[in-house]
Amino acid sequence: MTFGRLEFASLRIGQKLAVHYFAVAMVLFLAQMLFGLLAAWQFLDPAFLFGVLDFNVNRMVHINAMVVWMLYGFIGSIYWLVEDEAGVPLAGPRIAKAAFWVFTVAVTIVVVVYLFVQSGPGDAWTLWLINEGREYIEAPRWADIGIVVCMLAIFYNVAGTFLAGRWSGISGVLVLDLVALAGLYLAGMFYTTNLPMDQYWWWWVIHLWVEATWEVLVGCIMAWGLIKTLGARRRIVTTWLYIEVALMFGSGILGLGHHYFWIGTPEYWLGVGGFFSALEPIPLVAMVVHAVYDAGRHAFRANNHPALAWLIAHAFGNFLGAGVWGFMQTLPQINLYTHGTQWSSSHGHLAFFGAYVTIIVAMIYVAVQRLRGNAWMSAGLQGGWRWKWALGLTHLGMMGMTVALLIAGYEQSFVERAIGGSTWQAYFEGQTQPWFVEAMWWRMAFGVLMTFGVVLLLWDLVRIGVGEKRPMKVVGGLDDVEETGSGPVPEGSAAG
Amino acid sequence: MAEGADEPRREWWASEDFWRKCAIFVTGFMALVLVMLTFHTLTVIEAGSEAGRVPAYSVINHRIGYEFDEQRNFAVPVIGPPAPLFGEMLSEEEARRLVDHGKLTVQARNCMNCHTLLGNGAYYAPDLTKAWLDPGWGNEAAREILMTRFLDDPIANARTFGTGRRMPDPNLTEAELRGVIAYLKWMSAIDTNGFPHGFTPLPQGPLTGGGR
Repeated sequence: MTFGRLEFASLRIGQKLAVHYFAVAMVLFLAQMLFGLLAAWQFLDPAFLFGVLDFNVNRMVHINAMVVWMLYGFIGSIYWLVEDEAGVPLAGPRIAKAAFWVFTVAVTIVVVVYLFVQSGPGDAWTLWLINEGREYIEAPRWADIGIVVCMLAIFYNVAGTFLAGRWSGISGVLVLDLVALAGLYLAGMFYTTNLPMDQYWWWWVIHLWVEATWEVLVGCIMAWGLIKTLGARRRIVTTWLYIEVALMFGSGILGLGHHYFWIGTPEYWLGVGGFFSALEPIPLVAMVVHAVYDAGRHAFRANNHPALAWLIAHAFGNFLGAGVWGFMQTLPQINLYTHGTQWSSSHGHLAFFGAYVTIIVAMIYVAVQRLRGNAWMSAGLQGGWRWKWALGLTHLGMMGMTVALLIAGYEQSFVERAIGGSTWQAYFEGQTQPWFVEAMWWRMAFGVLMTFGVVLLLWDLVRIGVGEKRPMKVVGGLDDVEETGSGPVPEGSAAG
Repeated sequence: MAEGADEPRREWWASEDFWRKCAIFVTGFMALVLVMLTFHTLTVIEAGSEAGRVPAYSVINHRIGYEFDEQRNFAVPVIGPPAPLFGEMLSEEEARRLVDHGKLTVQARNCMNCHTLLGNGAYYAPDLTKAWLDPGWGNEAAREILMTRFLDDPIANARTFGTGRRMPDPNLTEAELRGVIAYLKWMSAIDTNGFPHGFTPLPQGPLTGGGR
């Protein structure tokens, strides 16, 4: 094995597939950025591409590219770790390859139809073939079915591999979480005339994905990532993972109620949703404590600095974006003013970035290191400025956008809702206030900045480790005598 | 947990086993509560259910008001005397079909990626929850005509309030257009716990007398 050269051929089957998934994910990430920029520019110049690529098309591609690339990132991460974790080769490699190509061809067709057909007549055919018209899950029904079939195939690969090999705390949580994640998607696959009924089940998919099952999934990835990059003790990360699952599902499942304040659902959701969703930041605090504790305990001696940096960014980003920004508007007394304003947009941007972009990028860095023949990626990395600048620019860009949108949201909820009386007149008064317009300019500027960061990130992922002559740093060694959690280790004996 | 005499005892609250059980129990319990609440909520939000939160589709045959409720401390939809949409009294099934066509059209034209419905969607264009009652239509007599005219040619009839944001022409058929208006009228009669805040509807005739 030569350090710094592409070692694709020596990867495991699952890892090769993971590289495919990661590659598509990054292409879609760039697409998400570009369509986000188009939509952001339309706020400033509504005549831009009017009648050609209208705001609704750009915005749909922006958010759908995101959902899909994150799924690709998760699936890639799972394929990357499954054989390592189970200790056996991937079960059903042919099915796995077929699933990748079917999924990717389906996504391509859906995007082409979004861009060139855009919409259709008001009948069921449009929902089946073109666009379902429901935010985040716009994919037409044929694609829904395709996604379910692919998810079943992937589930077969993952569960089959663990069944053939060894189970661990991480894999147990992962497999059960995948069952829930795939099952929940079914809740979004039907049509009803009744809008409250529609939105009730729609939130089962959206909320119970991003605020429950996706969070637990990244908890699994985080646990595995800390073991790999820091050599963290398995018993510690597994215990933390269980704590996170208990707290996450304990708050997040009924936290679903914060989407049921204003959609025609009964008033008890105001109390249930307000209370439990207010608890949702707690597991995110636990994740920060856990990540920082482990990193600190190992004195930040990591074999992959970019991956560890993005893991830490995930811990804080998740807490800040999902936790703090979510909490700010989760109580019904506040949400009455902020629901459906740029507050939600601000929260959405930071939460998806902090919680999910970061950890997928971390996993890709883990993969890239292996792809480069387990080359050195710790201190003094050649061209190390790239990953640092990419990290800095993407975070600065995202924080700038988030704060700009939050200012727009404050202004909107104040002018439109609190004093304007929520009419269309009031809506437009809010949209034309100088502070709102300025905020939209700042959002645009920081969006461009973030795009530079993403381009730099992609360049770095292709170039990092090229020509590196040193082998990967050996980590752990503090107290990793205990691998499976079967034998007791005296607390503090190794650190002391 | 301590297996050797030399080992310090691992506290129960720090043990993997305790937290695994905890995770399973908490997840199961919360899921059970959610399922139970869901069964109840689904009966409440059935269109035309006794709870009155989500109206029957034939509500489009009536005038819909929005009045402050002292007890609940926010405004709620009030169903008034007959005021048939497009001058036609529809049966429950006819009304359902019309509203259904409207909802299919709103989904097929991807309205939700500019507008919000019940506050959910995108923030480029105004919320449609109370579109039927918006004071921007002027008065009851002009509303149907203006809505029809606007949806028929939103570019020529654009009112951008200084934002420059126009609605692209959705090229609605006559039937789709009527369906969309029926859907918006029905939507305005959903009890949304006072959302959006402080909304006052356009002037309308009396809400009492001849109501359901």
